Amino acid sequence: MSTISHHIPDSMLAAYAAGNVPAPFGAVIASHVSLCPTCRAALEAHQMLGGAILETADEVSVSRTLKSDVLSQLDAPVMPKPVFQRSGVFPGPVMQVLKGRAPRWKSLGMGIQQDILMDGDEGSMRLLSIPPGQAVPDHSHSGLELTLVLQGSFSDQTGRFGVGDVEVADEAIEHTPTADEGPLCICLAATDAPLRFNSFLPRLLQPLFRI
Amino acid sequence: MLTIDLDISAAMHSLPVTVVGERKHVSHNELEQSRETAWMIAVRDHGDRAAFSALFDHFAPRLKGFVMRSGTPSHQAEEVVQDVMLTVWRKAALFDPHRAPVSGWIYQIARNRQIDIIRKESRPIPEELREDPAAEPDAGQILAIEQEAQKLKGALATLNDSQREIIEKAYMGELTHQEISAQTGLPLGTIKSRIRLGLQRLRHELKDFER
Repeated sequence: MSTISHHIPDSMLAAYAAGNVPAPFGAVIASHVSLCPTCRAALEAHQMLGGAILETADEVSVSRTLKSDVLSQLDAPVMPKPVFQRSGVFPGPVMQVLKGRAPRWKSLGMGIQQDILMDGDEGSMRLLSIPPGQAVPDHSHSGLELTLVLQGSFSDQTGRFGVGDVEVADEAIEHTPTADEGPLCICLAATDAPLRFNSFLPRLLQPLFRI
Repeated sequence: MLTIDLDISAAMHSLPVTVVGERKHVSHNELEQSRETAWMIAVRDHGDRAAFSALFDHFAPRLKGFVMRSGTPSHQAEEVVQDVMLTVWRKAALFDPHRAPVSGWIYQIARNRQIDIIRKESRPIPEELREDPAAEPDAGQILAIEQEAQKLKGALATLNDSQREIIEKAYMGELTHQEISAQTGLPLGTIKSRIRLGLQRLRHELKDFER
């Protein structure tokens, strides 16, 4: 675990604590924090500051019945929400998005497979499985992309990323992530905008595969 | 007399936390656990309704003020307060004073619940860490976390109005991570060094959880 060397930027952890990151990023951040004690400590420090702000907030008195309403519900039966445990290489937050099912891999060609877990106004998130030595087509972004390694490793122009590492790539970076030798590289990748591909063919295929 | 004094100070260290909570007016307040922590532990360990009622009285008006600060109308803010306080009761087992002051823990519950209500689904959160049930509480660590929270409050108090407003906005979820990182030019040094110190403590604490 102590081998994680690529972390979530601090401003993103603060925004995550406050609940103001796009949903796909939130899932990647929660997954990384599940694997990374350093970022968990940083997140909890932000929560502590949030608590200090709550503690010093202006007090506004609540209506007289609110407390008795709450106390009367303490014994009410509640359906406990399912807690999704880590399963294999997939951290709890990924299992939560998968709703406990196994990934449904779809081939993208060249041995690459994906399962799109989110796709909407706030961006997209998908699991990617890349065979050793295989490059993900050269692409740049119109927004920000977070890629968390869950198994194996990949390298690109900016460095090497192993299990637990997260790459934060903005539109300035045009990169070609290539899976290293070893086990299949499985990643959780999230964007806040659709990806663009640089070569002609993948651009044509983009709507088809929604990569 | 000297021996009696020594006995008292030795006994202070082994006082059960629920008793410490009632000692509000002793002079060495800063050497003891806060009332809030003692109440929360009583709720967690014994389902103590009187302690929960005390927590409600302390936090409900602050939560309401905090939620209304971002423009939520009063009646809706009360719904959030009710929801958050019930969640505090139901999730009490997850409270760990070695890692979070009560205010920070409730802050995160409040932010998570507000996001869940807006999105109408549970946002993915990091896997919960569970301490070895056989582990003895470490009073020194609990105190260190509380002191850290106190110092953060102190650091907040030194900010001018506009600085305070930016920090509040960030932790109320009104700034994106890009906006938060753009604020680094502000003289928020004290806050940042406090976060770093808090981080070091937490990181030390989290080492025990690493597998």
